[in-house]
Amino acid sequence: MDNEAIATFIKTRFPEEIVASHILRNELTLIVKKEHIADVARFLKENKELEFNFLSDLCGVDRIATDGVFEVVYHLYSIHKNHRVRIKALVPSEEPSIPTVTDVWKTANWHERETYDMFGITFDGHPDLRKILTPDDFEGHPLRKDYPLDGRQPAKLRDIYRKGEA
Amino acid sequence: MEKGWVGMGLESHLGDNILTTTLSTMVNWARKSSLWPMPFGLACCAIEMMAVVAPRYDLARFGAEVFRFSPRQSDLMIVAGTLTYKMASVARKIYDQMPEPKWVIAMGACAISGGVYNTYSVVQGLDEVMPVDVYVPGCPPRPEALIHAIMEIQKKIEKESL
Repeated sequence: MDNEAIATFIKTRFPEEIVASHILRNELTLIVKKEHIADVARFLKENKELEFNFLSDLCGVDRIATDGVFEVVYHLYSIHKNHRVRIKALVPSEEPSIPTVTDVWKTANWHERETYDMFGITFDGHPDLRKILTPDDFEGHPLRKDYPLDGRQPAKLRDIYRKGEA
Repeated sequence: MEKGWVGMGLESHLGDNILTTTLSTMVNWARKSSLWPMPFGLACCAIEMMAVVAPRYDLARFGAEVFRFSPRQSDLMIVAGTLTYKMASVARKIYDQMPEPKWVIAMGACAISGGVYNTYSVVQGLDEVMPVDVYVPGCPPRPEALIHAIMEIQKKIEKESL
């Protein structure tokens, strides 16, 4: 299926849930209401026409400065049909959360943990939502725009490892 | 003949088969001639480090080709690449597990100073975590530069006393 056909097909099935769609440089993007992300995801994977069986990426975007929201982005690919789609869901900046898609694509598990670690977005229903990249004692979410670029914790390791040395 | 091996005095009575020297010269000569590196490859610098042991650059010519993957058997730690905060405690633990005497080379811009990575996750210089003997600049340094660093370590060992 080409991009227009995929867009029409999904919008016909989810007229309320799909907020917007656009095609830029031959890439299809759909904006989904965050409450319905799990339903839409399951349909995209299990429908025999679409068969998006591969979640190639799941990540966050900090758009607080411009639009006051976080964005969660899903890149999907169908290995059998060789077509792609990008799904976006807007998440409020205060206590950001979105339903998990781990029970649709197992690979979402670590992606959602990374997005949680980097942006502080919680994924409701995730089986094991722990930090995955930053050290255990790290506080904050470093890919948020308000996190300082040089926000090292602690600022100097010398105080720990080279204390008392000349 | 090595510096410090002087063929005079007592030796002139002992013939050609016996040399006299000082203990520290002898020990330092042994240490510098068979450095056993502990490779701590963290990024692309590690590829250059591997090239140094391969036939084209052949670190065996300097007696330091026996890369040991156990710190217990090593006396030269080569930290090659970007040291992150999460890896810092590991690097220090490996260093602490090496028996004395031991030396450290910080290889590449990242290991020296964090390099281009002035970010929250990267340690701004290996010397925040452990004492460093030789810094090798470059991004990554050429294999010749690492060989030069090892030769500088050898010079340093020559000057040490027991």
